[in-house]
Amino acid sequence: MRPLEPRRACAVLAPGLLALALLSGCSSGVPAGPATRSAATPPVPRVVEPPPRYRVTLAASTLREDQRILHVLNRLGYGPRSGDVERVRQMGLERWIERQLDPERLPDAALEAALTDYPVLAMSPAGLYRDYPPPRQQDVQRFQSGQMTPQEIREVFPPDRRPAVINAQLQSAKIMRAVLSERQLQEVMVDFWFNHFNVYALKGPVRWMTPAYEREAIRPHAMGRFRDLVLATAHHPAMLYYLDNWLSTRDDLVVPGRGRRGLNENYARELMELHTLGVDGGYSQQDVVEVARCFTGWTIERPQQGGGYLFRPGTHDRGAKHVLGRAIPAGGGQEDGLAVIDLLTRHSSTARFIATKLVRRFVRDDPPKALVDRVARVFQKTDGDIRAMLVAIVTSPEFVSADTYQAKTKTPLEVVVSAVRALDGGLDPPPAPGAPARVVGGGLSLARQVARLGEPLYEAQPPTGYPDVAPAWVNAGALLGRMNYALALAQSRLPGVRTDVGRFVQDVDRGQPAAVLDRIVSVVLHGEVSASTRRVLASQLDSPEIVRATSDDRGPRNTDVEKLAALVLGSPEFQRR
Amino acid sequence: MDPCTRRAFMRGGALSVLGVGLGGVPRFLVRTATAQGTPSRSKVLIAVFQRGAVDGLSMVVPHGDPDYYSARGAIAIARPAGGQPDTTVDLDGFFGLHPAMSPLKPLWGARRLAVVHACGSPDITRSHFDAQDYMESGTPGVKSTADGWLARGLHATPRASASPFRAVAMGPQLPRVLRGEAGAVAMGSLADFDVKGEQGAPATGAVDARRGFESMYEQGVRDLLYGTGRETFEAVKMLKAAAPQRLAPANGAQYPRGRFGESLKQIAQLIRADVGVEVAFTDVGGWDTHAGQGNERGQLANRLSDFAQGLAALERDLGDRMDDVVVLTMSEFGRTVRENGNRGTDHGHATAMLVLGGPVRGGVVYGRWPGLRRDQLFEGRDLAVTTDFRALFAEVAQRHLGVAPTAPLFPGFAVKTSGFPGVLV
Repeated sequence: MRPLEPRRACAVLAPGLLALALLSGCSSGVPAGPATRSAATPPVPRVVEPPPRYRVTLAASTLREDQRILHVLNRLGYGPRSGDVERVRQMGLERWIERQLDPERLPDAALEAALTDYPVLAMSPAGLYRDYPPPRQQDVQRFQSGQMTPQEIREVFPPDRRPAVINAQLQSAKIMRAVLSERQLQEVMVDFWFNHFNVYALKGPVRWMTPAYEREAIRPHAMGRFRDLVLATAHHPAMLYYLDNWLSTRDDLVVPGRGRRGLNENYARELMELHTLGVDGGYSQQDVVEVARCFTGWTIERPQQGGGYLFRPGTHDRGAKHVLGRAIPAGGGQEDGLAVIDLLTRHSSTARFIATKLVRRFVRDDPPKALVDRVARVFQKTDGDIRAMLVAIVTSPEFVSADTYQAKTKTPLEVVVSAVRALDGGLDPPPAPGAPARVVGGGLSLARQVARLGEPLYEAQPPTGYPDVAPAWVNAGALLGRMNYALALAQSRLPGVRTDVGRFVQDVDRGQPAAVLDRIVSVVLHGEVSASTRRVLASQLDSPEIVRATSDDRGPRNTDVEKLAALVLGSPEFQRR
Repeated sequence: MDPCTRRAFMRGGALSVLGVGLGGVPRFLVRTATAQGTPSRSKVLIAVFQRGAVDGLSMVVPHGDPDYYSARGAIAIARPAGGQPDTTVDLDGFFGLHPAMSPLKPLWGARRLAVVHACGSPDITRSHFDAQDYMESGTPGVKSTADGWLARGLHATPRASASPFRAVAMGPQLPRVLRGEAGAVAMGSLADFDVKGEQGAPATGAVDARRGFESMYEQGVRDLLYGTGRETFEAVKMLKAAAPQRLAPANGAQYPRGRFGESLKQIAQLIRADVGVEVAFTDVGGWDTHAGQGNERGQLANRLSDFAQGLAALERDLGDRMDDVVVLTMSEFGRTVRENGNRGTDHGHATAMLVLGGPVRGGVVYGRWPGLRRDQLFEGRDLAVTTDFRALFAEVAQRHLGVAPTAPLFPGFAVKTSGFPGVLV
């Protein structure tokens, strides 16, 4: 079991030590696990905290302090765990944001310990090919023609050496990070940029490249410079393969004995449409062709064996090009592509496009135009400094305005993770090799829930990634899925995920349903519940199933706290952030 | 997508999603009050979106056009050879089906399958995202359109006793084409479409949780979330009563394994269970064949095989019901006429769309063939569009679903019946 126990220890610290405890990740390097649960909090050495690198002052707001804290925890992270609102209040909300903007300095030992269960995260594509090789063609044929018994299949393809393990570990780790990490904003930004520069893990060899892609191309730059993201993704085998640029050559190339090669426009188009300028960013079909020509020769050395980026001068189109009205002289090599990236990442359309997407993520589905303008100007002034744009958004009046509060509908990932965090759910580590197939780690179990709600992680097929607006996620089937998830989670029915709703009402008389309800509404929604929902919840208390009779039907009435918590987690209020 | 779109949708859609169209009376109450006995067998449209831009020239091969074989080498589909395997299945001496689509040949012979070739959008975008958006909103070049054309068609054709399953999409997300004031249900699968208690048999507790959720979403303010919640529970109750899952495929129909086959199977179950489906939507991906497209066999052939087997199984399963059913396939654009350097094709312009069912005047390839000579191509590279997709879709909506010609199906596009391709009786 990988519970959130160490955090509970935080709650008993003296208020003055809280900030320090948060800074140290609460676990002081002790690996999370059952043994730490009852261990006394280790003595905390006195550390003089360095001043924050970024100063944040929130704009004036009509929201109450609790609402502001809740708002920030929901928007810059995956929602509060129990006790977080109080902890942030102690520390000061602006201090909390400043720390989030400087994640390298936030210790994250509990998460790091948990991530050691997912070795693929640190592996190279070549190492993954070695340890999780694709099945040999002849074995696949024997398997498909029914010539192999299940036992033989297990021997030839041991389940823990199959390529599917890579995605299972990636998905699990993404859940673990969202649930456990102290660096909540960083995880939100990694998710945002992966989705922006989406690759589809199930396209050919991309699966073996995806851990490195997130680790090398996305994560290091998630709060850095936009241009570095474009450069890193443009060079990465995962992107080169996913959008076919590795195949693109000068249009007149003929390989003796193997026929004609030629231009492939796929990457060039998506680079402009989805990564930089935006679809209305002012480029033409001719620009697509010219950009594709600039990127000819950017390829992968042996993609099926985990090779890296390679520039092949012989396949590069050395002619002169014109991109967006600018001449790129003949005779160039890979610097043609670099020149395009410079041009695109300094373009005002890019500033506006990126600002719009960021504001949509952090503020509202329909981004306020004035704020987009300001953030776009920050992009241009700072050469695409992502942190500076985040500061501009968070400190804007729009961010803390009343009509921004709870205006976003949670995505499937957000609703699944925020519910586990609200209940302080514990997540089991992945099972040891050879365990029965039904044993599932908590991370994978939750990732499957996210997939059922419509967002299979790392498996968005189109280059657009997943949408970030409510109508994409709100429909009858998905709403039922959310309610069913709430029930399964609160009743601790998801494999590998442990919740104990009873713990939150230990000190409440369970024979007093109204008091129990108040506590659960306070734990899950921090009291932010509409009058109508509260009325419905209260009326449920008269229902015989919610108010369970004890076995002899004579003792004090005993509220079904799990079902009550499920109703609150499945309520319209909890679907918003 | 344009942010204004969403806002407008949410504002505009709220009324209908809430079902308070008629003087504040919830729509389902109106329905209950006016429903007369068993729902009548209405016309059904099944729309299938091939996302990713299918290569129409491989799906319905213009084998009689000499420029086809000069433009394409490794990926060309071999000329018909009297039904030999791995050759084009001839339809009319000029066009033929990809050999992987041979399960559809009997339907052509029975005049229940038609093709509209060189069909597509007047907009020149080669962006999947934009082109799909335009094909679903029905307004090429206009991004601010709030709703989808099928939703507009249904909204303009109110039914006193419309079912919550009047419009259904198989999949976890409601597609753009069905977003709007008509209200539509999206579901991953029939089995998941309920509030579930303990595992296994539905426990008494589950019934109670459903009641709780239902009341919460019934009480709230008027917006997308609450409105959808209300539609949801109405649909859950109806589905429970109809129990479509009990209907095994009929007439020996065998659906291909995988999501597409499963979606079609469940659409057939809903139709056979008489829950009032008028429009069903599903989509199928994997058509973006930039590299290693294959020819008679290979990547694209595998996708087409799944596609054709699914449609053939659906037709067989629905049996006599097909007299009232039209299946319409669509894809956002076609692919370059010339093979690219990676034995694949890039984003092009026109493609082919299939129309299948009892009301179809089948056995014909509709549309003017623009030719494949370089000077006949759109921008010198792509199959030109000679049938605006809106003309085809308008014909299906008006003649089959009974949408009035005056309905705002395709704003800014005036089409007379004389402009229809003529695929329907």
